[in-house]
Amino acid sequence: MANMKKEKNPMPSQEPQTRAHNFDEVALGYTEELALDEAQRCLNCRNFPCVQGCPVNIRIPQFIARIREGDFEGAYQVIAADSALPAVCGRVCPQESQCEKYCVRGIKGEPVGIGRLERFVADYHNAHAAGAAAAPQQNGHKVAVVGSGPAGLTCAGDLARKGYDVTVYEALHVAGGVLSYGIPEFRLPKAIVQREIEGLQQMGVKVLTNMVIGRVLSVRELMEQEGFEAVFVGSGAGLPKFMNIPGENLKGVYSANEFLTRVNLMKAYEPNANTPIQHARHVTVVGGGNVAMDAARCALRLGAETVTIVYRRSLEELPARKEEVEHAMEEGIIFKLLNNPVELIGDSNRNVVIMRCIRMELGEPDASGRRRPVEIPDSEFELETDCVIMALGTSPNPLIKSTTEGLATERWGGIITDEDGLTSCEGVYAGGDAVTGAATVILAMGAGKKAAAAMDRYIQSRHPAD
Amino acid sequence: MFRIAKKEVLNPSVTRMSIEAPLVARKVQPGQFIILRVEEDGERIPLTVAGYDREAGTVDIIFQIVGATTEKLNHKQQGDSLPDFVGPLGKPTETEGLRRVAVIGGGVGCAIAFPVAKKLFEQGCEVDAVAGFRTKDLVILENEFRANSTRFLPVSDDGSWGRKGLVTDALQQLIDSGRAYDEVIAIGPLIMMKFVCRLTKAYGIRTVVSMNPIMIDGTGMCGCCRVSVGGKMKFACVDGPDFDGHEVDFDEAMARCAAYKPFEAKAREAACNLFSMEVK
Repeated sequence: MANMKKEKNPMPSQEPQTRAHNFDEVALGYTEELALDEAQRCLNCRNFPCVQGCPVNIRIPQFIARIREGDFEGAYQVIAADSALPAVCGRVCPQESQCEKYCVRGIKGEPVGIGRLERFVADYHNAHAAGAAAAPQQNGHKVAVVGSGPAGLTCAGDLARKGYDVTVYEALHVAGGVLSYGIPEFRLPKAIVQREIEGLQQMGVKVLTNMVIGRVLSVRELMEQEGFEAVFVGSGAGLPKFMNIPGENLKGVYSANEFLTRVNLMKAYEPNANTPIQHARHVTVVGGGNVAMDAARCALRLGAETVTIVYRRSLEELPARKEEVEHAMEEGIIFKLLNNPVELIGDSNRNVVIMRCIRMELGEPDASGRRRPVEIPDSEFELETDCVIMALGTSPNPLIKSTTEGLATERWGGIITDEDGLTSCEGVYAGGDAVTGAATVILAMGAGKKAAAAMDRYIQSRHPAD
Repeated sequence: MFRIAKKEVLNPSVTRMSIEAPLVARKVQPGQFIILRVEEDGERIPLTVAGYDREAGTVDIIFQIVGATTEKLNHKQQGDSLPDFVGPLGKPTETEGLRRVAVIGGGVGCAIAFPVAKKLFEQGCEVDAVAGFRTKDLVILENEFRANSTRFLPVSDDGSWGRKGLVTDALQQLIDSGRAYDEVIAIGPLIMMKFVCRLTKAYGIRTVVSMNPIMIDGTGMCGCCRVSVGGKMKFACVDGPDFDGHEVDFDEAMARCAAYKPFEAKAREAACNLFSMEVK
């Protein structure tokens, strides 16, 4: 008999007052009892509506059924057949707009905690798995993956499982892309990311750091000199956007990328860190996505007295994952909604001291379907701030485009591909934020997966005798 | 790992190292930079390349000991290795079509100006090289500049080396003597580049400067290295590091460079203490 409780089992978490002062993971994960109980809430619907909401089509009812049977490792194997990074997705997927959105239990009450169950299963596997998976039989074909974020890692994993000799090129000194430099430790512990990467390495994937493709080697050189038969470009959307308002180059003004890179990749929050970070008193974060929430919560943990999110639309339009907004509010982040900065003002040493904002109201829906924010005349006001973090989104890094002849891109920089991820260059595939602009981990993984399948078909079609 | 093939002390605060990095050495051009880390968990610092040997697969860096990381780098010896050395980053200095150029180097900026002067000289360009240092003890690359320039004008603040004066005095003198240039390339402290640009603007001589702002990733991702050029926001790591000096907002750049001064001073002191303890 199904558990007909209306609410999902809450996630055990660190208390807001405690976690606001440390970088340890906020959500602690379900216990076996909580997972077994939550799994009972699944009705095992015959037409499994949840699966259509998952960009990589994880067989959700099947893995939950295994949990009910107490076969946690079996549940992991069901997920692992479709997803390369379960421990990551269980933590960072916006489940409320994907699988859980379609859950029948959500009609009268809360949907099944699919994300929480996924995380439980992945963590169980990581704690209990015996040894490394065996390296698959090699098929003798070389492929390259540019970028080691979610798209690249997924593509590399799928191709390695099919027997390809895969080399991943990463520009930074640490692999993982946005999982390493962007998402903070308290939301996604870096040990989990490293574990996923080590898993790929055990399958034979080579991961080369410090390799800026486009500079040290071009995509064409990878194919013509290094002998790769196909290349997947998952170089992400790394280029930060600014507002083009006066004062953005004052000291104390950061892109969210810079702020988060200092904190996450360079570990600036540790007392003996070699990379400095400003310990500001009144931090203002502009934007309403997950990155804005991450930056705000990092600033709080670095010791800010107040952290304020300034967002031009209302609570309803906040693009961040619901749980992150709730966590941020619990921790005491101030939300100044329907406001937009118009100018940053500095002191005589060019340190930012004031943000001038204007109040907004919602007008007619725009191209995105959301109501367009409109300025309210003569409603300007000043906010005192000594640190401003711009979390306005990112666009694809132009380096690959500018160094790959014949690679077609959109005007805003996104690489143009067909449904399978094939670009305008033969043998060159792309996916993730480099194609879509800044989006989610799971969408990038879906793109990496699709491209891996297409790359396999492409290479096999050129070697029919194999 | 990237092995230090050679280490050479140029003066008490400036060191040259040749680093084994064949992939970087294969493509690097004057004006481009690398980013290195000295140790695991170390910070990433950008250094514009001072030379390269494509056959030997080495890249030369010349650095001044200014903070904790350069202090630690200077404690590395020949045969030691660096965990990270990434490049070539940024755009190379444009030299095509130039026939008469004044290359101005100030202090350790001469390390970066030299490969540019050499490349221009080797492609048949007339190169007037002006090198400025505070005092004789700090001079680097004198013979190299002499061998790779049409004219060489050494100047020092105190007159202990070459003429007493600033690089702008020497450039003024060259202009007064009737020398005409397609371009001036100025590399050195921000304040020096600012005043070189002020002078050349008065004469309408196109001037290129090499910016060296604070950077983290060096690939266009963090935006820390942004510079205002002609009122537009540019990233030194991907749009530069070379920019039209007449368009650069030097005052803003100077303020941004000083953003972490107190932290840097403290970190260097900590590093120095650590090393003096080791010696004891």
